Amino acid sequence: MAQVSMTVNGKPASGDIEGRTLLVDFLRDGLGLTGTHVGCDTSQCGACVVHVDGKAIKACTVFAAECEGSSVTTIEGIAAEDGTMSKVQDAFQTHHGLQCGFCTPGMVMSAEALLQENPTPSEAEIREYLEGNICRCTGYHNIVKAILAASGQDVSKIAAE
Amino acid sequence: MPKDGIGASTKRREDVRFLTGNGNYTDDINIRGQAYVHFLRSDVAHGTLNGVDTSAAEGMPGVIRIFTGEDFAEVGGIPCGWQVTDRHGEPMQEPAHPVLARGKVRHVGDPIAAVVAETREQARDAAEAIMPDITDLPPVMDMKEALKDGATKVHDDLTSNLCYDWGFVEENKGAVDEAIKNAAHVTTLELVNNRLVPNAMEPRVAVGDYNRSTGDHTLYTTSQNPHVIRLLMGAFVLGIPEHKLRVVAPDVGGGFGSKIYHYAEEAFCTFAAKALNRPVKWTCSRSEAFISDAHGRDHVTKIELALDADNNFTAVRTETYANMGAYLSTFAPSIPTWLHGTLMAGNYKTPNIYVNVKAVFTNTVPVDAYRGAGRPEATYQLERVIDKAARELGVDPIALRRQNFITEFPYATPVAVEYDTGDYNATMDKLSEIADLSGFEARLQESKARGKLRGLGVNCYIEACGIAPSNLVGQLGARAGLYESATVRVNATGGITVMTGSHSHGQGHETAFPQVVAEMLGIDASMVEIEHGDTANTPMGMGTYGSRSIAVGGSAMVRATEKIIAKTKKIAAHLLEASEADIELKDGQFSVAGTDKSVAWGDVTLAAYVPHNYPLEDLEPGLEETAFYDPANFTYPSGAYACEVEVDPDTGKVTIERFAAADDFGNIINPMIVSGQVHGGLAQGIGQALLEQCSYDSDGQLLSASYMDYTMPRADDVPFYQVDHSCQTPCTHNPLGVKGCGEAGAIGSPPAVVNAVVDALQRAGHSNVTHIDMPLTPSRVWSAMQG
Amino acid sequence: MYAFDIERPSTVSDAVKLLKESDENQPLSGGQTLIPTLKQRLAAPEKLISLTGIDEMKGICEDDDGRLCIGAATCHADVAAGAGKYPALAALARQIGDPAVRNRGTLGGSLANNDPSACYPSAVLGSGATVVTNSREIAADDYFQGMFATALEEGEIITEVKFPVPEKACYMKFEQPASRFALVGVFVAKYADGVRVAVTGASEEGVFRWTEAEEKLNSDFSSSALEGMSPPADNMISDLHGSGAYRAHLVGVMARRAVDAAH
Repeated sequence: MAQVSMTVNGKPASGDIEGRTLLVDFLRDGLGLTGTHVGCDTSQCGACVVHVDGKAIKACTVFAAECEGSSVTTIEGIAAEDGTMSKVQDAFQTHHGLQCGFCTPGMVMSAEALLQENPTPSEAEIREYLEGNICRCTGYHNIVKAILAASGQDVSKIAAE
Repeated sequence: MPKDGIGASTKRREDVRFLTGNGNYTDDINIRGQAYVHFLRSDVAHGTLNGVDTSAAEGMPGVIRIFTGEDFAEVGGIPCGWQVTDRHGEPMQEPAHPVLARGKVRHVGDPIAAVVAETREQARDAAEAIMPDITDLPPVMDMKEALKDGATKVHDDLTSNLCYDWGFVEENKGAVDEAIKNAAHVTTLELVNNRLVPNAMEPRVAVGDYNRSTGDHTLYTTSQNPHVIRLLMGAFVLGIPEHKLRVVAPDVGGGFGSKIYHYAEEAFCTFAAKALNRPVKWTCSRSEAFISDAHGRDHVTKIELALDADNNFTAVRTETYANMGAYLSTFAPSIPTWLHGTLMAGNYKTPNIYVNVKAVFTNTVPVDAYRGAGRPEATYQLERVIDKAARELGVDPIALRRQNFITEFPYATPVAVEYDTGDYNATMDKLSEIADLSGFEARLQESKARGKLRGLGVNCYIEACGIAPSNLVGQLGARAGLYESATVRVNATGGITVMTGSHSHGQGHETAFPQVVAEMLGIDASMVEIEHGDTANTPMGMGTYGSRSIAVGGSAMVRATEKIIAKTKKIAAHLLEASEADIELKDGQFSVAGTDKSVAWGDVTLAAYVPHNYPLEDLEPGLEETAFYDPANFTYPSGAYACEVEVDPDTGKVTIERFAAADDFGNIINPMIVSGQVHGGLAQGIGQALLEQCSYDSDGQLLSASYMDYTMPRADDVPFYQVDHSCQTPCTHNPLGVKGCGEAGAIGSPPAVVNAVVDALQRAGHSNVTHIDMPLTPSRVWSAMQG
Repeated sequence: MYAFDIERPSTVSDAVKLLKESDENQPLSGGQTLIPTLKQRLAAPEKLISLTGIDEMKGICEDDDGRLCIGAATCHADVAAGAGKYPALAALARQIGDPAVRNRGTLGGSLANNDPSACYPSAVLGSGATVVTNSREIAADDYFQGMFATALEEGEIITEVKFPVPEKACYMKFEQPASRFALVGVFVAKYADGVRVAVTGASEEGVFRWTEAEEKLNSDFSSSALEGMSPPADNMISDLHGSGAYRAHLVGVMARRAVDAAH
């Protein structure tokens, strides 16, 4: 067992970990932040995407020990303190970009990262950026639409409803 | 008009918790003192299990106890919920399905032992130290080989690997054979409906808990139907009566059929929690899910379509081999039979139909319902053979379909079902419009200019949803009823809690169900809350699958709400000193017809709980009603789909350029949610057609055992879809006129994709390519083009 | 995963020292392949020596010979953004995995693993790059020694890769649809002293140079020079995503497309 300390959603967090403790396990089991999900074991589904030092990474494919001193943002840290959802979160609800909700935290975290890198992405750029986020429910239509909308682009011409 | 009533695209209220990381999925549930189980699974497909040596593992750090099949000798096996009767009137062969393997292992992934330890990793460490003594047997992999005389048997105590040989309708066989013999043209097609792995994004999880002081069991599980699990596991496996067993399915991350069934891991966690007097948790990894979740489809079919000289369909005859896998999963026998054979008329007035299905045991993971379940298999073969026939006859495939459409309703098919409503020409017209079929030629030329081959595929589908009339399915072999239930609890200040047996795992019940109640009562939907998923506080329900939630569960809720309306009118009549017959309920106000006397919803509900001025001699206080609804018939959603593809002639890679779906779902509660359901189904159908391939090698090892080899559709594999559900022929036999929309996309889309690819290749001069089996991977398409 | 400890040295020499403490110690770079492998319990290190805290192994610069020098612990996203001097290399980095993987996975990690379907080996071999380790420099032609096999010795760490910048180059990748690794990837680079063509994803022997194509392109750098050509299918990988013959065919297609698109 070793100690790890990091900043999670703006607050200091520390705990005992093993070498093999993944960041996602530290978040879920150590800190009780269960919004970050695990949907596969080959680093492909993206349900576990969080931001470490401002970059989207898969929390199931990084050890907690390697995040010593890092600043981590999870899905629980995206809405404002008063609960107001971010533009991305709000657009996902408005445009029905989620169904069962399991992939959603990772989708939102990837979408937030995309819009930080590229504030007005094209449809093709969004689809390509989501290569590492698998959704089984939505057929992606409304996810892509929601991200376009969150970036301030006109989505009225995309098949409604 | 109430806010957010029927027909409003109300934003989903469940989204806020999912979007902010506040969902409560089963793996988020941790009970103080819980231990963890790891299952040691067979790594061979078929073998004699001579024994399991756990001695080296027993003393390892953290190990609490190791269980093997012998520990379950006194409890029941995993039950099958449907018994099919074969062509000769005999019941299907039904093998035992132990919780943990005994005597034999029958597929890679078959659980042999279970280690319960203080931590997950300790349980896994110890599982590696267990030495199962297995003598390998030849794996039974090919269905046709499995039925040959002398074939190795998956189950030694059965007479063969044949589960059943089903004929439907057996009495019609002679007439069908005769019609085919006399046909002007017969088109024959042999095809494979590829095996799929459902892959709900949330892997399965089970947490068993036991209270020794009360004898109460609780199971938290990733289920589409907690009551069904309570019944199957309680009555058939562990012998726990319902009142001592609570099953909770909290937020569930998708199901698509794979979370209907009662699985061994659920029984194990429930059993072990009592045996150890500790909560026991199991979290499935994705790799483990590939070899333990029930798979879908896996049919090998020969279909013949007979036509007369005027191109009228005269007969359809099919022979299908349906893979059951190593054991019978909960609904498995019903999928290739009652959910498949009954749909072989499709949208067409074919007078003679005969369906033969041989269900076969193999050394593979059990196969059961996956989104659409039987109906995609029926639609695929029918719509492919029609397309092939049109090509052979040199006629337009849409015109050939239209010519044979059923146009008068109700229509009794030769395969035992009666369609109540539909308008197949209307959906085809709508499709033509939204898919811009008239613009195809221009797009074809544009693709050609870029060196790409373009093709157009169109097809129809019909499905039987709103599952199902209990008396009918009982005759067909179901060992359960398929009604649904709802309790509508009106609280003193007027707010409403609806407890429904329908479970929501992505379908948006928490938003759509209140829209119905709001519409009926004329109040805001925000006054209505839905509870589901906990057997402790919801009435007995059969769960969510078969596009049944709104058609059956919604109807139960309507019936319960009608009882509420009847009672509140009585109360209002008393308060208004009027005759009950004169009371009208509108916009949340009770008024006396023809007067200005009225009383508000909240005043009436308060009177029910504070019955100071109340007709106590005629009426009980309180305001809570329950209804069970058993449908009179299936519902029959239908539609027409169009797909345009481009094929890269150098690589064989297929891209979906356009996809349009015109559906008739009858009445619609929340159009936004309905479209979302269609979108998801389309992606799954496109996945089946182009990407998803569950493959075993001849040794019974799963080759596509992770996302490294099993191709899940991703955002860049699909386009924006054009979907429309404005064609509405309401269901005639349920109170909402709804038909259900959950499976349509997955049922209707695979033939459209394959038809389009064959069309592209034919247009490019590959006239020998009349069919390619799914998935149409680049290598398969390229190989087909090589001739 | 089996239990192990993690060390995070901040210098190459400390990392080498830690690695040499035990044969069971193993370096950990971005971990995007190693961690899934550990989850499957296919590796059982005593200690993982994380290289992610070593600043001297990160970054992109140019040496006196005009070579682009990339620190081995530089992640794919940083190469995609920072290798503008060698656009084909930046474009290749942009095609590896997905955005989250590119934020962790590293050049050195990919090369040390030498997955037969990885993208980077084709760029290194196709550029005739030099693999620099803590103890020596290895020419690309000597470095790759078959599927998952390299010239690296126990305890040796790649610290940097030096890429000569070609006149023009291009990487064409045909994705394996599930893993999104290369089913076939072809890297074509035209240098003053000749053309190099490296192929990944296709061969049982791992990344290889398609010398027959190089000869044709040396005399005529055009896709028509490769018309109808594909390498022999004998040693090509055959699996559920494609036969050896299909892969061999794709090598020809991707090579021609790479030549056409090279800039």
